[in-house]
Amino acid sequence: MEPILEIKDLKKYFVTSRGTVRAVDEISFELLRGETLGLVGESGSGKSTTAYTVIGIYAPTSGKILFRGQDISVPVSKRPKTLKRAIQIVFQDPGTSLNPRRTIGQILELPLKVHRIGDRNDRRRRVVELLRMVELPEDYIYKAPHMLGGGERQMVAIARALATEPELVILDEPTSALDVSIQAKIINMLLDFQREMNLSYLFITHDLSLMRNVAHRVAIMYLGKICELAPAVEFFENPYHPYTKMLLSSIPVVSEEEEKMKPEKIISQGEIPSPVNPPPGCRFHTRCTERNGICSQELPGMVRVREGHLVWCHLFGKKEEG
Amino acid sequence: MFKSPTWQRRLEGFRRGWYKFSRNPVSVVGLFFVLLVSFLAAFAPYIAPYPEHAGRFVNFREASQPPSLKHPFGTDVFGRDILSRIFFGFRYSLMMGVVVLSLVVPPGVILGLIAGYYRGTWIETLIMRITDIFLAVPPLILALAVCSVLTPSVFNAMMAISLMWWPWYTRLVYGLASSLKHEFFVQAAEVTGASKFHILFREILPNCVSSIFTKMSLDMGWVILIGSALSFVGLGAQPPTPDLGTMVADGAKYLPDQWWIAVFPALAIMITVLGFNLLGDGFRDLFALEEI
Repeated sequence: MEPILEIKDLKKYFVTSRGTVRAVDEISFELLRGETLGLVGESGSGKSTTAYTVIGIYAPTSGKILFRGQDISVPVSKRPKTLKRAIQIVFQDPGTSLNPRRTIGQILELPLKVHRIGDRNDRRRRVVELLRMVELPEDYIYKAPHMLGGGERQMVAIARALATEPELVILDEPTSALDVSIQAKIINMLLDFQREMNLSYLFITHDLSLMRNVAHRVAIMYLGKICELAPAVEFFENPYHPYTKMLLSSIPVVSEEEEKMKPEKIISQGEIPSPVNPPPGCRFHTRCTERNGICSQELPGMVRVREGHLVWCHLFGKKEEG
Repeated sequence: MFKSPTWQRRLEGFRRGWYKFSRNPVSVVGLFFVLLVSFLAAFAPYIAPYPEHAGRFVNFREASQPPSLKHPFGTDVFGRDILSRIFFGFRYSLMMGVVVLSLVVPPGVILGLIAGYYRGTWIETLIMRITDIFLAVPPLILALAVCSVLTPSVFNAMMAISLMWWPWYTRLVYGLASSLKHEFFVQAAEVTGASKFHILFREILPNCVSSIFTKMSLDMGWVILIGSALSFVGLGAQPPTPDLGTMVADGAKYLPDQWWIAVFPALAIMITVLGFNLLGDGFRDLFALEEI
């Protein structure tokens, strides 16, 4: 399958008074058409920065972002209008992503107006259709966002993202601000839309366990770098990177069977260091249980441990050579 | 297209608004004063007991009469009914406030929106540094200077106050806009390709309206006070214009014996300014979003 989105050596640095924050530091990955790629990481790992750079809220410091082979490594204001129609985003907090002073109808109509889709009546029909799609009543067009519950607001945000029939949707922790009871409903809805409209999702989350059922492939980020990228099944059954193992072993489980499925217990130690002065060598070596001399000296290169399974770790470097 | 709900919705919205507004009795008092003053000003020629006393009218036989049934607030040294002149005085005060604010608010708000949105660029620097220069001059002092160089008149006083007043709106809206531009709903509009016009006036501005209205209400009071102060020192409205500030100034000479000549117009200024100040808080409540 063709990749719809290609990220090549993407860097996003922020210059602050305390130094340069290396939020995203040379990452590369591809997203295939109709695929969900889960981009997982702790807060401060650079996953949201990656999302905002792809959508164009930030301009990349260097590196390339290709959408359908077209270079879009510029902020959103410099992108052609058709691209804005094709790439959409759902933000984390539906409390702040909908303008409190506009009605749901006005919010959903905006993308249609901007892209000159239909006349007034067409647009009205389309707004009602969008509301029906996300299972909200028609008369919500007159309501203001604050009259809706958190889950309903996120449905509106999803409907807005889908209004222009995009090809790529960036989901920036779309469920993390919501009640657990609503999370499942939203996830199922997103999966249905993906199937119906052949959408590609770049799914940003810190919830690794969610990715098991949602993502086709999972990439894990740590301090601006990708540690491991693998198909979801592989990722959970056969993790390589010590950081991945640490994260998987820290997922809380209920039953003993689940406990057996987890890799051997690795106690998480320390906090994620500051991205202002990231540790030299492998970014993870300060917390790694399997570190050796080289880890604090050299950046690990990419190692292909299996087909489609990439790891950035010194432990596996020799395997490929030998 | 979703802006015009049916009249039931509108009525419902009005009822909600009144409920939110009226929960604070102080703002209801403010609204009452403002409505009262506006009513008296609007219908002054019909309800004033002696409308002809507003202008060039002299009747020395009834000069400096204390309050009585015939002249509830007494008469001034020319024998003019003070109550009638106060009603007409409200007209000048309100006109002054309305004219100054309508000259000041649109440019101030637009510049503030632009400066806030383009924060960190040369556009912001340019607008905000010019704003700082104007803010450094106290409005009353400049108004005094302008009116003493040009002919003292209500018009010149209003121009002078306006010239100094817009930066406050620019500063207010600049602060709001520069933080609102980072809100996700603004980002969402940007990402979908909405025009700058839409983002400034449809996404950001509606979220500033409550603060702007509150400030406008407070400023109505301030402008009226400054206008009265200018008239008091003789640089604003000129006699025989029934301006409240001029009336206080004229009456001050006869204090404390003929106290009514100065005290009643002063009370009228107070009621007007107080009304607008109290109303300001009400606007804040009116625009508050209630969660369900």
